[in-house]
Amino acid sequence: MDTQHKFTSRTWPESPEKTTLEGKNKFLGFWLFLGGETVLFASLFATYLALKDKVPSDSHKLAADMFELPLVFIMTMLLLTSSLTSVYAMYHMKNYNFQKMKTWLIITVGLGLAFLGFEIYEFNHYVHEYEHTFTSSAFGSAFYTLVGFHGGHVVIGLGWFLLLLIRNSKRGLDLYNAPKFFVASLYWHFIDVVWVFIFTVVYLMGMVG
Amino acid sequence: MSTVAQKKGFLSVLWDYLTTVDHKKIAILYLISGGFFFLVGGIEAMIIRVQLAVPDNSFVSAGLYNELLTMHGTTMIFLAAMPLLFGFMNAVVPLQIGARDVAFPFLNSLGFWLFFFGGIFLNLSWFLGGAPDAGWTSYASLSLASEGHGIDFYVLGLQISGAGTLIAGINFLVTIINMRAPGMTYMRMPLFTWSSFVASALILFAFPPLTVGLFLMLFDRMFGAGFFDVSMGGNTIIWEHLFWIFGHPEVYILILPAFGIFSEIFATFSRKRLFGYAAMVFATVLIGFLGFMVWAHHMFTVGLGPTANAIFAVATMAIAVPTGVKIFNWMLTMWGGSIKFTTPMLYAVAFIPSFVAGGVTGVMLAAAAADYQYHDTYFVVAHFHYVIIGGVVLGLLAGTHFYWPKMFGTMLNETLGKITFWLFLIGFHGTFFIQHFLGLMGMPRRIWKFLPGQGLELPNLISTIGAFFMAVAVIVLLINIVITSVKNERVGNDPWGDGRTLEWAISSPPPFYNFKQLPLVRGLDPYWIEKMEGNTKMTPAEPIGDIHMPNNSFIPFVMSLGLFIAAFGAMYQVDWRASDGESFVWALPVLVIGMLITLGSMAVRSLKDDHGYHIHKEDLMEDEEGGRD
Ligand code: HEM
Ligand SMILES: [Cu+2]
Repeated sequence: MDTQHKFTSRTWPESPEKTTLEGKNKFLGFWLFLGGETVLFASLFATYLALKDKVPSDSHKLAADMFELPLVFIMTMLLLTSSLTSVYAMYHMKNYNFQKMKTWLIITVGLGLAFLGFEIYEFNHYVHEYEHTFTSSAFGSAFYTLVGFHGGHVVIGLGWFLLLLIRNSKRGLDLYNAPKFFVASLYWHFIDVVWVFIFTVVYLMGMVG
Repeated sequence: MSTVAQKKGFLSVLWDYLTTVDHKKIAILYLISGGFFFLVGGIEAMIIRVQLAVPDNSFVSAGLYNELLTMHGTTMIFLAAMPLLFGFMNAVVPLQIGARDVAFPFLNSLGFWLFFFGGIFLNLSWFLGGAPDAGWTSYASLSLASEGHGIDFYVLGLQISGAGTLIAGINFLVTIINMRAPGMTYMRMPLFTWSSFVASALILFAFPPLTVGLFLMLFDRMFGAGFFDVSMGGNTIIWEHLFWIFGHPEVYILILPAFGIFSEIFATFSRKRLFGYAAMVFATVLIGFLGFMVWAHHMFTVGLGPTANAIFAVATMAIAVPTGVKIFNWMLTMWGGSIKFTTPMLYAVAFIPSFVAGGVTGVMLAAAAADYQYHDTYFVVAHFHYVIIGGVVLGLLAGTHFYWPKMFGTMLNETLGKITFWLFLIGFHGTFFIQHFLGLMGMPRRIWKFLPGQGLELPNLISTIGAFFMAVAVIVLLINIVITSVKNERVGNDPWGDGRTLEWAISSPPPFYNFKQLPLVRGLDPYWIEKMEGNTKMTPAEPIGDIHMPNNSFIPFVMSLGLFIAAFGAMYQVDWRASDGESFVWALPVLVIGMLITLGSMAVRSLKDDHGYHIHKEDLMEDEEGGRD
């Protein structure tokens, strides 16, 4: 099927992201890429666990002294909700309802931005309250690298959604851009899953000591 | 691009290659740049051997020796062997599965340019204050202590080219899964395709740990982090783990495609179906899987403890089993075949004992207790050169001769090819066999000079003489390439006469759309099956119709160039900060500009639709034989 073909909600295929060969390739290629990303984060987690609470002297704060549940709990909720709203967006994409898809994606972006805001506040707090910085200890380097890599992924994901929204705002859905929206939302789910692990491994396990 | 043949000027050919997304042209780009880096790495090796030819030599200084040694290993693995293999994978895999192109032509080109600019960046270190000098393994304790920017060149160069490798790996995985011609089931895929498939999967899972390791190193060296700095609570062993979790799969990324090339050659020139095809596939997958479980055999002497050492020792030895399965299958393929000793076949036959020797020393090294004796001696150097030269490089040379006619439409000279083969084989064993004994006598690896009177003189001299044989062999190969290209005698579809797989069913070189009609695959060795039934061509699986093709693009080049520029900024901002903003004021702007170029070209790619174009049915009908340019 041609990528520029115009559709109605009746003729719109069941899985628009996998109808063309390009879409199929993109879909599979992106899953594979996420497999590689998983190994990337696994390496970062392993490094973090090896260096957790490894500080040069007793005056440095450790994980249990710094992390607080309420803040990360709010962040977790924001990100989990944003995953849900992106599912709604994809639901409307599959129903050829471009307006609703856009609305849900914009909500997703809003939640992602709120998450980022809290993360920036959190980092700022650690730096100024506890002098826990990227260069203060191996623990600091490992913490900011792991959580920061995730934060960087959030930034990229948001930029990606925005770029897609702006580019396609006037032209509606077709088989050329449907796979693009779809893989962007896959990426967003992946970011969410990584955060669940960060929440557990870094924060929950960190607070227990 | 038009299908009408036309003469082109140099500039338009250059522009064509800078923007191409055709896997066959990207293959040629990989071959040329990989070949160039192979020569650079070879020259470095020759200087190393000259320095070690006689005791107490001072042909090069100690510092320069370390740089040469590091750059030799890094160049050969990352910039020569892997790209050359990618060259053959690009040239052959889409044809073998009956595809018109790879799954992501644009990314294919991006992968190449990232590798290319990463490689150039790394090698520019020679002219900008000194090359990296901490060995190709760049252990953190050495590299954090290394002064100047050498290690930064290593980190940033490998980061850029590694991104290209990862992209290429994903591209081949998707191509092989999604783009196979009708009837090309998994268990009908030629072994080179299979081994490229497994090697690509290894790339996907092995490169991210290296990426992380390089990032940590980059943060430590350039941004004051403390991952490997013990005084900050860091731990240098983390680097070793990350490096070898990548590093051991990496050696299988190199050897598996070479195994694949040899499998094709054995079947072709024994004129027999590959013996034990299913077992070969299974062994390939198993090797890929086990390859991830053995990394700590490089760290036996680190002190991980007897339990860890024992587990990794046993896992390592287990890899010898599927490897042995393959060796026997190759021999049984030849058994009872009507063998033709062409140049590729000579390489294949010589590969078996050479590689087995390397496998045997591998199992010796895997005995953890014994490795305390072997580790960091020339015995290890002998081991990995036996597997890498006796396996990978022989495979690359064999592949060069075997696939040259398919890639360029003309045959390399067989007599010169055989001269290269013999010189190279003699030189290789001459150089490295004796190094086993040097190692057992206690000569450590990575030393600048050795003392007289310890019995090390003669073996080292012999080793150096062997290296010169290999150098001459490579020069003969270059002469062969020049002569062949000048003569340019065109050949037909199946120049070896015994082709079995799809690539030999179409013209050499193939038309830019590869297959006018996708072929119908009716079994393993589909072209052979047709030949046996008296057909000269494949049975088509579809009527002639319009073919969709991707557009050329200059964006991959610009994207990679941006990162190349940004890397200089990232590196010199360290000096800028060290000088309190006095000098190197341009560093930060350069970093920003480079990143903007890359991000900007990504945005262009994303915002500008690229739907490709169609070759029309009528043009295809006219273009009966199909020429590439
Ligand atoms: C039967 C299969 C193999 C076994 C059992 C094996 C085992 C080993 C062991 C135990 C070492 C560490 C020695 C030490 O540092 O003390 C080693 C080093 C090495 N092996 Fe293998 N190996 C095998 C196959 C290969 C293959 C196929 C390749 C490459 C194509 C390869 C490349 C290397 C390299 C490059 C090193 C040295 C790395 C360095 O320290 O610079 N090996 N091998
Ligand atoms: Cu290994």
